[in-house]
Amino acid sequence: MIRFTNVCMMFHGRPVLKDFTMEVPSGHTVVILGGSGGGKTTVLRLILGLLRPDSGSIRVDGREIVGLPERNMVAIRAHMAMVFQGSALFDSLTVRENVGYRLYEEQALPDDAIERKIVESLCFVGLEDTLEKMPAELSGGMRKRVAIARALACSPEVILYDEPTAGLDPINTHLINELICRLQKEECLTQVVVTHDLDTAYRVADRLIMIHRGEKLFDGTLDMLKTADDPRIRTFLRPHEILATPGCFPDKDGGIRVVAPTMDEETPA
Amino acid sequence: MTSSVLRLDDTLKGYVLTVQEFAQLCAAAFAGAFRRPWYLRDTLYHMDRIGVGSLFIVLLTGIFTGMVLALQGAIQLEPYGAVQYISRLISTSVVRELGPVLAALMIAGRVGSGIASELASMQVTEQIDALRAEGTDPIKKLVTPRLVASVIMVPVLTVITNGIALLGGFVIAHFYLSIDPYFYWTWAFEALRLHDLIYGLIKPIVFGFIICMVGCYAGLNTAGGTVGVGQSTTQAMVTSSILILMTDFFMTKVFVFLG
Repeated sequence: MIRFTNVCMMFHGRPVLKDFTMEVPSGHTVVILGGSGGGKTTVLRLILGLLRPDSGSIRVDGREIVGLPERNMVAIRAHMAMVFQGSALFDSLTVRENVGYRLYEEQALPDDAIERKIVESLCFVGLEDTLEKMPAELSGGMRKRVAIARALACSPEVILYDEPTAGLDPINTHLINELICRLQKEECLTQVVVTHDLDTAYRVADRLIMIHRGEKLFDGTLDMLKTADDPRIRTFLRPHEILATPGCFPDKDGGIRVVAPTMDEETPA
Repeated sequence: MTSSVLRLDDTLKGYVLTVQEFAQLCAAAFAGAFRRPWYLRDTLYHMDRIGVGSLFIVLLTGIFTGMVLALQGAIQLEPYGAVQYISRLISTSVVRELGPVLAALMIAGRVGSGIASELASMQVTEQIDALRAEGTDPIKKLVTPRLVASVIMVPVLTVITNGIALLGGFVIAHFYLSIDPYFYWTWAFEALRLHDLIYGLIKPIVFGFIICMVGCYAGLNTAGGTVGVGQSTTQAMVTSSILILMTDFFMTKVFVFLG
């Protein structure tokens, strides 16, 4: 269980999260939706303790992590894994070394057990034949899948995904979405997926949270989201419909600005 | 007026913060050398990269420095009929000053900027965050092995530079100035005292520390994508070169005082 209570965060004097509260129950997949620069990735980084909030409380499995020293965060992170937006595979290591990185570091298992875990994880993402390849030899979709395999190899209870399908073609997007769904069904993992890709959100979410400029606009199920009245949510979900209406423009808050037609533009009676 | 004072205040705070962060990074990297895990393989890898990889440039630096010193020294000593003592001049100036400083500047250009660009690339591609997410301390994993390698290999490279500079001086002294080899080498070693050798080894240890830590600090504090990587690399090179020259002056002052 991950719980944010009234979390506030500023970057260079600009608020990134304002009084943000959310809850991710164990075994659920929660999707955090929102436009670019809305504060979605900040939420993931706060969960991992890579960033510290200015105020508020963040609890992971009941344990407060705000103010926890870096060395104590290691124990919290041991139960988590993150799939970064750009995959963040280690350039100088092979796929095998990347996937088994944490296991090699921890030295808790014998080498043959580590090897088995690596192969199992790569089989799960369908990339068992890339063991000796370097990250530079892989395509964007393959890198994302290796990043998921790396996350899986350490048997985490929580996986955090930062834009897992950004920049991928439809086939790779589908593959990643299916992997996220399978992980929830088969492994019953707690997953937090940050995305602005609606297809991914609709496919994998148990619950959705929408963030806009650091504020939580919505928290509920997919059906509730689709029927939400907030113009900013409607614009985000159906920009082609809303913004195609004559006189409607996106305003700086992500809502709609309706401009009355001028005399010249009016249709003659 | 008020805004200028506030700007000055912010700038000064920025400098103080940089010094504080740099000191914290140095302390964490140093402490990392005494805590498990040791990352011995990484340390050996960086020793090879810094040491063997920089061998060619320090060999060239050493040989040409020695040859130039012999040529210039001969011009200065000739009016006094003391050309045969040229090796005294070469050995003392190389061991005390030129060897450590020139080797360090060359290594800063090659290794310091390399460290900065490598860590900066890792920073902008989120690999440093990935390390933390995997439960690894990035300072222990990335900075400490480089620091240990640098502090060991820069003195080794300096000793090689010194030896090659003496050899370069000998080539000019013997084949151009017709100085007897026995005379050259005897005076070269006679001129050196034990504390010259000790001070000549303390300097490269400090320079190795500066080269590595400035490169690591610049790399780990990179922001702004590929432009930031370029800026960090330049910053590491410039800062470490200036710091090498400044600390050389202060160390020399202290060593002269100590005698």
